Amino acid sequence: MSGTGARENVFATRMALTNTKLRLKGAQTGHSLLAKKRDALTTRFRAILKKVDEAKRKMGRVMQLASFSMAEVTYATGDIAYLVQEQAKLATFRVKAKQENVSGVVLPGFEVERVQGSDFNLTGLGRGGQQIIKAKEIYAKAIETLVELASLQTAFTILDEVIRATNRRVNAIEHVVMPRLENTIKYIMSELDEMDREEFFRLKKVQGKKKRDTAAREATKKAEDAEQEQAAVDPLLDETKESVDLLSSKDVDVIF
Amino acid sequence: MEGLFFNSGTGFLEGIVRGYKAGILSNNQYSNLAQCETLEDFRTQLSATDYGNFLANEPSPLSTSTIADKATQILVDQFNYLRNNATDPLSKFLDYITYGYMIDNVVLLITGTLHERDTHELLERCHPLGVFDTMPALCVATNVEELFQSVLVETPLAPYFRDCLSANDLDDLNIEIIRNTVYKAYLEDFYEYCSSLGGPTAEVMHDILAFEADRRTVNITINSFNTELTKDQRAKLFPSIGRLYPAGNNQLAKADEYDQVRAACEGVAEYRPFFVDMNGAHGSSGDDDLAAASHLEDKFFRKEVHLNKHAFLRQFQYGVFYSYMKLKEQEIRNLTWIAECIAQDAKDRIQDFIPIF
Repeated sequence: MSGTGARENVFATRMALTNTKLRLKGAQTGHSLLAKKRDALTTRFRAILKKVDEAKRKMGRVMQLASFSMAEVTYATGDIAYLVQEQAKLATFRVKAKQENVSGVVLPGFEVERVQGSDFNLTGLGRGGQQIIKAKEIYAKAIETLVELASLQTAFTILDEVIRATNRRVNAIEHVVMPRLENTIKYIMSELDEMDREEFFRLKKVQGKKKRDTAAREATKKAEDAEQEQAAVDPLLDETKESVDLLSSKDVDVIF
Repeated sequence: MEGLFFNSGTGFLEGIVRGYKAGILSNNQYSNLAQCETLEDFRTQLSATDYGNFLANEPSPLSTSTIADKATQILVDQFNYLRNNATDPLSKFLDYITYGYMIDNVVLLITGTLHERDTHELLERCHPLGVFDTMPALCVATNVEELFQSVLVETPLAPYFRDCLSANDLDDLNIEIIRNTVYKAYLEDFYEYCSSLGGPTAEVMHDILAFEADRRTVNITINSFNTELTKDQRAKLFPSIGRLYPAGNNQLAKADEYDQVRAACEGVAEYRPFFVDMNGAHGSSGDDDLAAASHLEDKFFRKEVHLNKHAFLRQFQYGVFYSYMKLKEQEIRNLTWIAECIAQDAKDRIQDFIPIF
């Protein structure tokens, strides 16, 4: 009976039973809530997975285009890396972080913010400026894709972790906490039943004892009664004897 | 008359350069190169040409920049051979060719100095043709003032810098404006020098330099649309030579958009076809403008190759040296392009290079 599974170490009392029942109820509510959360997260996770896939494919294409546009620049102007590097003073491409809440999970998202006006837009003035601008645009687009992918990827990792934790909790509640509480309840019930039965038996025993005692008492009483009756007859005999002896015998209590 | 004594001083070198010219890749070789699947194939194909084994000692994952560097090195070696054997008028002419590269190098060093970088690593990035004796001295200068006062005046470019800029300008102006101002001065000076040589050299070089000047003018105009470069500044960057000068230049200085550039170039019969099918591609959106502009740039490259090829048809003149350098540069660009296309697997664009012969 109570030895079938793990249970909590409680005294089998009515109060403990009430408490445990309450806790079981709480666990059940928590379980269903967590399961809902898990489902919501999983839905979201699948959607993000799809987007990550798309973004990765897109990134491949975009990066290829970008490096090709760089080849065009090299064709038209030669090496401009150093000039661009030295003349870029202000970041024109910025990433802003924001937060999004998906069923209690905070997902970071990144947003692109482009500042117009650049420091090196005169690079290649005499030759190849158009290619440089084009390459810049294409690279900006490529970075946009990268940023998008980055926020998706972060969301992906975080969601993955959260889903795993939630799953663990759901399973823990389902397979550990709830059975244990149920076992405890069962244990307490059985103990209480046992105690009931014991009590009942004890009462019976007491009753039996009482009955026996009463019977015994009655028997003695009867015997006494009979004796008394006997005795009642005897004093008549004694009185006659005493009355004879009353004068003849000396009583110590009587002073005079 | 000019042919009378030409060969005594320059005949040998002209022979050499014409020999070099024969080594420029032909259409056939280009089509072979364009069919390569990997850069290894590319290397094998190139070893069958005049380039020989120039890539033989390179470690195996071949990068396109290595190819470009090595090819440039070959050109530099050839040029140095010519320069070392040249006598006076030609040696000066060859020096003039290097000035263009020097400008780039000096501008690079100035950029580095302005940002207080270690200029020694910049020296490695400099174009080998533009290296001059006092160039490492540029690295000594720590600020622009010093650079200008003590170092720059010693270089062959000093007059260009002195005439156009003060030390303050170097601090304030955008480095690209400096570069183009100096280049303008250089082009004009080179033009002047060619005129002083006279004869067929002047004729050939005038054609090429005028085209170069026009190309810069048009490019500067187009590239300065929608930038902070004012029209006055822009006008100052236009070389005062070329077929567009002065009427076309004036028009270009005021131009705000593509159509005005085209209108300005209408006056020159040779440039008119450049803008013909730009009409078709020219739409309202900026993307088309970009496409049209890169198309235009392509056409300028073609025209340049055409002019330089023509220089070889004339004898007894120095133009061949300049033309050879330019053609070879274009060839290196072509090789880099093809290598890049192979490396990036962009076979559909591989034919976009400009065949020379």
